[in-house]
Amino acid sequence: MHTHHPLVGRALAGPHARVNMRPVEDCARFILRIDPQNLAAASTIWGGNLPPTTGGLVSASGRIATCIGPDEWYLIAPLAEQDAIESAFGELYATTIHSLVDVGHREVGITVEGPEAVLALQATIAFDIAAMPVGSGCRTIIDKAQIILLRQGPDSFRIEVWHSFADHVWNLLAGICREIELGV
Amino acid sequence: MLLIRCPYCAAERPELEFTYGGEAHIVRPQNPSSTTDDEWRDFLYIRSNARGIHYERWRHMHGCGRFFNAVRDTVTDKFVMTYKAGLPRPDQAELEAARS
Ligand SMILES: [Zn+2]
Repeated sequence: MHTHHPLVGRALAGPHARVNMRPVEDCARFILRIDPQNLAAASTIWGGNLPPTTGGLVSASGRIATCIGPDEWYLIAPLAEQDAIESAFGELYATTIHSLVDVGHREVGITVEGPEAVLALQATIAFDIAAMPVGSGCRTIIDKAQIILLRQGPDSFRIEVWHSFADHVWNLLAGICREIELGV
Repeated sequence: MLLIRCPYCAAERPELEFTYGGEAHIVRPQNPSSTTDDEWRDFLYIRSNARGIHYERWRHMHGCGRFFNAVRDTVTDKFVMTYKAGLPRPDQAELEAARS
């Protein structure tokens, strides 16, 4: 199914580029819904702290967990760990009501990095990107497509977008990057 | 574009992340089969259509996904405050505090 990844082989990067854009390698992705009161149990299964408040982001050993709603988490892990995560949460069903859904097939990751990354994203996202805390994530809208936006560093962002919108988001940002490059 | 404060995200977010959900605090009849036609009509269709302070539902659709309530002035289109779903209507003192 990954052969249809719309951004395979693309990259917009260079040693002097003010913004670099690259598609993220395939990974496992899940949406976890669980009562926040049971977050400790879920964290144990996940093998790391799940951030307790909306907007929180925890990134460790190739895994990313971000809280995108009061009872909703977006989880990213290396592809090789997918089966283990699924079976571990499968056992949690016996004691704790929750829902873990594999959404790996529907999302594409794009990293947007560089000294003008904030400017590039701000050109098409309506909230204050500069004010977004480093180490946070949220669901939002870029142009008219829904995305999940992660800020992993001051100049380092990651977009998670549905396959069907990936081409649009990529081309839109590529155009913006070109304008930044030309100093328009 | 308006900035709307989502009480769940505790952040001001752009209007386009939200959808409007109509007037708030409309209580669904406990036992619909025992209501009269007029009561059912009022529940379904009759709204206050306030000029000024209006209590209304919004959903942070392209954000945390939650429904919440807002107080908005329909004349100025300014939001006075927002609060979580299930909480009672803020009283006058709370509205004054939110305005200042
Ligand atoms: Zn929200």
